[in-house]
Amino acid sequence: MTGLLRDKVCIVTGAGRGIGRAIAESLAAEGAFVYANDAREGSLDSWLTESSMRQGITPLYFDITDPAAVRNAFSQIRKEKQRLDVLVNNAGVEYNELIGMISPENMERMFSINVFATIEMLQMASRLMSRQERGGSIINISSMVGIRGNPGQLVYSATKGAVIALTKSAAKELASKNIRVNSVAPGLTKTEMMQGADIEKLKGRIANISMGRLAEPSDIARACVFFASDLSGYVSGQVLAVDGCTIM
Amino acid sequence: MNNRQKYNKIFTTLFNINDSQLNKDFTFNNVENWDSIAHLSLITELEDTFNVLFEIEDILSFGSYENGMRILEKYKISFNDF
Repeated sequence: MTGLLRDKVCIVTGAGRGIGRAIAESLAAEGAFVYANDAREGSLDSWLTESSMRQGITPLYFDITDPAAVRNAFSQIRKEKQRLDVLVNNAGVEYNELIGMISPENMERMFSINVFATIEMLQMASRLMSRQERGGSIINISSMVGIRGNPGQLVYSATKGAVIALTKSAAKELASKNIRVNSVAPGLTKTEMMQGADIEKLKGRIANISMGRLAEPSDIARACVFFASDLSGYVSGQVLAVDGCTIM
Repeated sequence: MNNRQKYNKIFTTLFNINDSQLNKDFTFNNVENWDSIAHLSLITELEDTFNVLFEIEDILSFGSYENGMRILEKYKISFNDF
């Protein structure tokens, strides 16, 4: 820990597990005060009881697809901390379906969480950040499939492509207010969701990763620390691939 | 300063006008310099002064001096204190 984020107030969505949890812990390890969001009431409690970073992390349960709940959450942050320095839009859902078998319900859910809720969070965060002389940093977690595409991931890749596009537009619109907007695009990452994956298929995909291994959630989290910190103070509108140099 | 006075002061300062000009005709459509930039400044000032955070729908429908008070009343800001 170097205190890169000392005194910064952050919120991380989808912090209940995997990448989101690693991001929340990494930000807190650098001295930030972190609001860890998850939709499921109580789902963060056991983690936070055990985590060595629990001092710097506070759970904030709300559904990011509910605009009233989002507003209430930001009101709470404003009342408690009077500021917000970093938003990490991490929450997302992924359903992999081949063309011709795309479920309208899953498509709607993916766009609702991955895109519309990301925009809602960005709007509310930028309203708080725009009042601050130091502005703030917004980090949107996208995906390498949003850049390159992938069979069976038409809708998911479309939502992540949208995240990349909105990151670039928001960066341009918010730059004058000193609010930076960047995206971290993870490659294949080792999370709980991978546990049920077909080992043989996985081996084939790992063969395409030049560094020879899957990303760990902590690899993604360290990129977020960079964007959250003043080290990236002159960087906005960028998409950082964290994929171990994958050849897709 | 009561809530009405605080509310009026935000308008008179932002639009450089007198209290007497604030009436039901003071609307987004009627006031020449009430543009989108002035609108967002107005919203920010109101949120800071009354310690509220507007819903997006309320920001979009906040089109007049009179309607603004009705919207603030939704956030439990009373204008009956004068």
